[in-house]
Order: sequence, then C-alpha cells, then structure tokens
Amino acid sequence: MAAPDHLMASEEDGRAAAWRARAVTRTHRGRAALTLALAVLTFVAVAVSVQHIGSFAVSQGIASIAVVVLGAVAALAAAMVLVIAARAFLKSLASARSADVYAARALGAEASMAAWQALSWCGALLIVTAGAWFMVVNDAAVSRTFFDLALIRDSASKVLWAFGTNIVIFAVSAVLIVIWSLLVAVARTLPGDAGRPLRFLAIAYGDLFRGLPAIITIYLIGFGLPLTNLPVLSDLSSTAYAIIALTLTYGAYTSEVYRAGIEGVHHSQVAAARSLGLSHFKTMRYVVVPLAVRNIIPPLMNNCISLQKDTALVAIIGTIDAFNQSKIIAANNFNLSAVTTVAILFIVVTIPQARFVDRLVERDRRRIRAGG
Amino acid sequence: MALLEIDGVTKHYGTLEVLSNLSLSVDEHEVICLIGPSGCGKSTLLRCINRLEEISLGEIRIHGDRITGPGVDLDRLRRDIGIVFQGYNLFPHMTVLQNTTLAPLKVLGMKRREAEDRAMAFLERIGLAHKAGDYPDRLSGGQQQRVAIVRALMMDPMLLLLDEITSALDPELVAEVLDIVRDLAARGMTMMLATHEMGFAREVANRICFLQAGKIYEQGPPAEIFGNPKGERTQAFLRSLKKAGRL
Repeated sequence: MAAPDHLMASEEDGRAAAWRARAVTRTHRGRAALTLALAVLTFVAVAVSVQHIGSFAVSQGIASIAVVVLGAVAALAAAMVLVIAARAFLKSLASARSADVYAARALGAEASMAAWQALSWCGALLIVTAGAWFMVVNDAAVSRTFFDLALIRDSASKVLWAFGTNIVIFAVSAVLIVIWSLLVAVARTLPGDAGRPLRFLAIAYGDLFRGLPAIITIYLIGFGLPLTNLPVLSDLSSTAYAIIALTLTYGAYTSEVYRAGIEGVHHSQVAAARSLGLSHFKTMRYVVVPLAVRNIIPPLMNNCISLQKDTALVAIIGTIDAFNQSKIIAANNFNLSAVTTVAILFIVVTIPQARFVDRLVERDRRRIRAGG
Repeated sequence: MALLEIDGVTKHYGTLEVLSNLSLSVDEHEVICLIGPSGCGKSTLLRCINRLEEISLGEIRIHGDRITGPGVDLDRLRRDIGIVFQGYNLFPHMTVLQNTTLAPLKVLGMKRREAEDRAMAFLERIGLAHKAGDYPDRLSGGQQQRVAIVRALMMDPMLLLLDEITSALDPELVAEVLDIVRDLAARGMTMMLATHEMGFAREVANRICFLQAGKIYEQGPPAEIFGNPKGERTQAFLRSLKKAGRL
C-alpha cells in the first residue's frame, strides 16, 4: 500500500537534508578544527626549537647568518601551515553556515583538502624538528660525531683524492663487466647439444658468484692471489685485485640481466633472421643482442649504481679508496665526519643516475602503454 | 624435374599429427595456393619447407636434392627459400633500408653500395623509396608487409613462401600487398601461399591445394576447385566461406 504523496515527499526531504548536512559539515569541521589545533602546536614546537637550537648553534661558532636564514625558513614554513589550517577551519565554518547545499559542499571539500595539506605539512615539520633536536641533544654529540665541519673541511681534499680510486675501480670494472657478462650470457644461451658444456659452465659460474658475498670474493682474491706466486697474477696492485673481484661478482649478476633480455626477444624475430640465412651468431650479433640491450638498459643502470657503491668494499683488502682513507682519518681524530664526506660523495654521484633510471623506466612504461 | 618435391611428409607435435603423409610437387614458375580451415597444417607445411620446423617422417627435395635429415646446411638452404610471415617480423631497431640490406651484406657478402642500390630499386618498384630511412613503427601494416616481401626478395630466392601475409592487415591495406604478389607471379616467381583470400587465390594461382587434417584433400586448377569441387569436405569449406561472405 502506497503512502500519501505529501508524506513520502516530506520524509524524503528530511532524510536527504540530514544526509546532506552530515556529509557536508560535520566531518569537515571536525577535521579542520583538529588540524588547526595541531598546526598551532607545530608552530609553537618549531618556534621554540628554532630559538633554542639556533642560539646553541651560534654559541658553537656557526655563522649567525646561516642560522638566522635556516631558522627563518623553518618559522615561515610553520606559519604558512598555520595559515592554511586557519583558512581550512574558516571554510568549514562557512560551509556549515551556507544555505546553498552545493556551495556548502564545495566549501567543505576545499576545507577538507586544505586540512589534509596542513596535516601532512605538520607531520613533515615535526619530523624535521625532531631530527634537528637529535643533532643537538647531549651537547650536540651527534653533530660532533658525524658532522664536524672543521674536520670535513680539512680532510675533504684527501678523501676526494682517494675517491678517484673508487672511480677508477668502477670505470674499469664497468667496461670489463659489460663485455664479460655478454660473453657469459651468450654462452648461457647457446643452443643444442654442442652448446651444453659451455652452457653448464656459464650456469655454474653464475650460481657460484651470485651466491658468494662480494666482500668474500674480494677478500679471497685480494689476499689469495698474491700468495699463489703465479707470474703476473700474484704481483698485481690491490686496485687490480679489486677490479678482478668486482668484475667476477657483477659479471654473474649482469649476465643474468643480459640473458633475460636475450630471452625476452620475441622468437618471431629469430625466425625472421634465420629465414634470411643468418647463422645463429649473426642472428645474435645483428638482431637479438641489439634488441635485448634496448630492453635491459634500466636494470643494467641499476647494476651500475650498485657497482659504484660496492667499490667501497675494496677497503677490506687495504686499497686506499675513499672509505679506507676516511677510516684512517676517523681513527686519527676519533671522529667519523670524514666518513660522512664519503657517504655524501657516494650519494651525490648516485642520485642523478637513480633519477635517470626512473625516467628511462617511466619512458618505457609510456611506450608500452602507447602500444609499442 | 620439379623444383620442390614433398614426399610423404608427416609432422607431429607430441601426439598431435599436424601433417599426415602429405605429398606435393611444385614446378618452377608455379604459384600454389594452400587453402583450408584453420589448423589444417598450411603454415606448418611452409615452415617445414625452409626448416623452421622439423618434419617427423618423409622427405623434402629441392631440384632432386634432399633437404631434410641431418647434415643439410640450413643457412645455405634458407638463402634460396624466402619466407614472408603473417606478422611481418621486420627488425624494429633497423630502418627499412637496413632491414632489406642486412642479409645481402652479412650473408651474401654483397658490397654496401650494390645492396643499397638493389634495395632502393625494389623499394621504388613498390612505391616506398621515400620510407627507406624510416623505422618500421612509422609504417602502416601494409607498408611493413611490402617491406618484408622486399627483404625476402633481396636474397633472390628460387622459391618464395608466403604465410598468410594479409591476415594481420586491415581490409583496406590488403590490396597493396596483393598487388606485389600479383606482379611477382607475372614475373615468374615460384611461390607457395597459405591464404584466406579466396578471390585472390582464384586469380593468381596455377593450382589450389585444399588441405584437410594435414593432408591434401583435393587439388587442381582454380576454376575446378572453386567452380566444381569434387570432395565433400571441399564443398563444405567453400559453402561456409560463401555463407560468411568471403567468396
């Protein structure tokens, strides 16, 4: 049995109005109020921290201009968050007052968005502030240990010079690895019965050196080969041993990357090449490997970054690379700031490459989405 | 003597028999069209002839010389037997000119100048000379397939295998590819085509072979096969094509 028309309409209106009211105002206002409270707290925390840490830094002889600029930036950021939060709250109030449901909804959405924004800024600022406190507590024990600016300045040239060794090790091994791992990958993909012995050898090599920790390979080769009394091999420099060890280790990883690329080339391409009378090796040389390399540049670059970092492992066999040099300085001064320099050097070198790889991957993804 | 003799060839994948004691002989300058339902073995037969697939029983001869079994120089064999695939399979990292000159340069040892002149002459003939420097992804399917045909012709094959070369094309691009095949037929190129283009098969073929379950069920001149098919299966196949508006 149907209810009378006017009754249904009023019921509908009541429910709709309640739903709108709830949807528009209450959550937005609550969130905005909470955010405003948190923003006030954050501002106070940042202001107190800037004042306290700033005066401490100045008393430690850090240029007051730098302190003032940094402090101002932090305070300004906190103030900006406060403004965003306040506007979010005002908008949520306006939304509650508005008679027009749609305008109210739009205002509420804006208030909500601004509140979320302010919240995430609050979180970030509080984390940074906590980090700043971590650096200065206990009479700045952390900063002194890791960031002794005077020591960093004095030792920088020595560390930088030693970093040249890392670069040499990296550059030479990178070239060797690209060639060596391609040979291994080709051996790994040899066809038929005739290819089996070399195929197995390539598999054994890959399993062995991917299983061995790089540091152990470096240790065994760097200290082992000199003991063998073999001509040439026992008289190399520790840098050369490092290069051999890293080439063997990374050759195993990189050959797997190559192999994935080679096996990823569609078999129709191989069929086309072989049908033209190209031999297995000519097919590899002119068709499969060029196509494979295109597909594996991002993972190759990742290996490359990883190799750069692992050049620091050669410190274990006494090569005077940047890490070893900085360890010597650290031991002499009872302070790790020189090691921090090395850390910064590695980061500065690798970050642009990491971003470059990201862009390559993104470009590939776009190309695949575009359909080839 | 026939150019190509297929003698009692059987091919199976595991327990699935794709070609079943199939025999066929092709004379020089003949154009043979293989027709039949999907899975009847047309493509497999073509791929066995240039030994992309190995046969299980029987033998295949070119000019009386057995090309199946061990000890055959496959690279040498494939120089003489060209194949064009349904999916074009152009090398995506090479320009049209590089695609067409790769095999002459690296397999025949032709001089670059000579190979490029030859390729340009072919590309001119099919109206794609202006695309010589482009990569395959800049070409339409029809253009890619025409380049793939030129790539095969560059080796000057004595037999050309065409494996459903228009099946992957949009309908409006089919004609430009078939024009080339028609032209090749007129020039006396020996060809075997697996095809679903019945109108074209009727026009260009000297002989139609209807394959059914890995066997040649019926063969004969186009007029006979299309006009007055004897076998019950052939009749049924052609009836179903008519119903689908493909004949």
